Amino acid sequence: MPATTLIGSRIRERRLTLGIKQSVLAQTVEISPAYLNLIEHNKRRIGGKLLVSLGRALDIDPTQLAEGAEATVLAALRDAAARAEDIAVEIDRVEEFAGQFSGWAELVVMQRRQIAVLEHTVETLNDRLAHDPHLAASLHDLLSSVTAINSTASILVDTQDIAGEWRDRFHRNLAEDSTRLAEGAQALVRYLDEVSDTELGTSTPQDEVELWLEARGYHLSELERALPSGPETVLRGATQIKSTAAKDLAARYLVRYRADAAKMPLGAFSSAAAEAGFDPLRLTEMFSSDPAAVMRRIASLPQDDGQLRLGLVSCDGSGTLIFRKPPDGFSMPRVGAACPLWPLYQALSRPMVPIRALVELAGREAQRFLTYAVAQPQAGAGFDAPPVFEATMLILPAERVDVPDLPVQRIGSTCRICPRAKCDVRREPSVLAAPA
Amino acid sequence: MGKRVLLIEDEPNIIQAISFILAQDGWRVDTHADGKTALAEVARRNPDVVILDVMLPNRSGFEILQDLRADPGTADLPVLMLTARGQKKDREMAERFGASRFMTKPFSNAEVLSAVRDLVGT
Repeated sequence: MPATTLIGSRIRERRLTLGIKQSVLAQTVEISPAYLNLIEHNKRRIGGKLLVSLGRALDIDPTQLAEGAEATVLAALRDAAARAEDIAVEIDRVEEFAGQFSGWAELVVMQRRQIAVLEHTVETLNDRLAHDPHLAASLHDLLSSVTAINSTASILVDTQDIAGEWRDRFHRNLAEDSTRLAEGAQALVRYLDEVSDTELGTSTPQDEVELWLEARGYHLSELERALPSGPETVLRGATQIKSTAAKDLAARYLVRYRADAAKMPLGAFSSAAAEAGFDPLRLTEMFSSDPAAVMRRIASLPQDDGQLRLGLVSCDGSGTLIFRKPPDGFSMPRVGAACPLWPLYQALSRPMVPIRALVELAGREAQRFLTYAVAQPQAGAGFDAPPVFEATMLILPAERVDVPDLPVQRIGSTCRICPRAKCDVRREPSVLAAPA
Repeated sequence: MGKRVLLIEDEPNIIQAISFILAQDGWRVDTHADGKTALAEVARRNPDVVILDVMLPNRSGFEILQDLRADPGTADLPVLMLTARGQKKDREMAERFGASRFMTKPFSNAEVLSAVRDLVGT
């Protein structure tokens, strides 16, 4: 059963919000009031059928009561606290805060996300000002015109008895530079006006694509058919995808998704995956594919109701996360680098060697996941080009698979909000960990 | 005969204005507009001070400055850098490459005159 510290609090809060008596709710879900009381005070773990029943009785999606949503909120709250360096936030009471004041917690999370978007916009603008060659050239042109006008006008004003020939020449120069300045300013304004708000980036292109995929459950039924829909059709109605860069990323994702789906048809793959316990190497052999493609395919399977979600993460050769589908209970950093202990990075350091690891995510209630990771060369590698690898890691909640007898590797989400007190590979201090 | 200044700048109207005020102040003014042949012009004119724009055609003023400093014959030549980019990093870059002074556009005629006089010690 999924471990939790907050499901009980959320059940209680929801029940009180709806004005339902404890005894009535207990009767509805066919448990004793005493047992329900223990659950609501987080003294009993629940999951599966009872969680679904409670969700139905409380008219709420069980996943909202489940730990996945809470872990994400908690991670986001810790991240917000970590960035408020001048404020003494009671980090150790974050779970209590999130449990008792879920609305306020959501508000903080939402505002933190908005701040992140704004920070990204400012960074994009700064970057543009610093590196846009057209903008740089236009500004230089304007400043040169202003400089010439400034110097020339000063000469005309300050020089006594200036020779007629020079005076005429400088007047002509003034006229020329004034015209040039006016035209340059107009052109610059036009250029800036053409930049749409979406180009400036209300969020990163990767965020836009992942938001869309999240809304679609990472499963695109249009591409599972024998005659799949084209990218334009699939992306129609994708309101989350606004920027050109995001559309480009999404289009590339769709091409890859379709290639995977064609090689591993849904029906056959779905049965095989369940039978194989989601073991990518067994499935690679069965479908004559490659491990990374199989992992992507597993992560794109339709989500079963009530089941904990499977996850997938990919990084490029620099270690930058390029795809995130966090499973329930496994929070991934939205910005910045992840925990260097992830098997994903171990795979990157050992290309083409599949890695299987049982990991335990640091947190108040440590959760375990069976992970498979592999780094494969990116398409386009050739004899004379330097090898560039992309690593992929499949993340399976331990409750969903038969966990093999493996040593447990303790990992975090990202150093800044990792509670682990002693870690030899910590990149930066955590706002949560006690000093070593 | 007055001290010699070489103005390396590609904007014609800026060249005329600065040349005029320097000439009025008693300087012998030579001008040059192409970054690629700027070093050769410095060697030919042997100025007492150089006014060097950063944004030049064919070669940047920073590259020219680096070469001037690498040559023992011009390592100590006073150089006033002119640029439209006034950020701290541009100033630091100019200092790192060995500019004697750094001035951002738009500047006043008085500022240019004062800087050039200071650099030559007049």
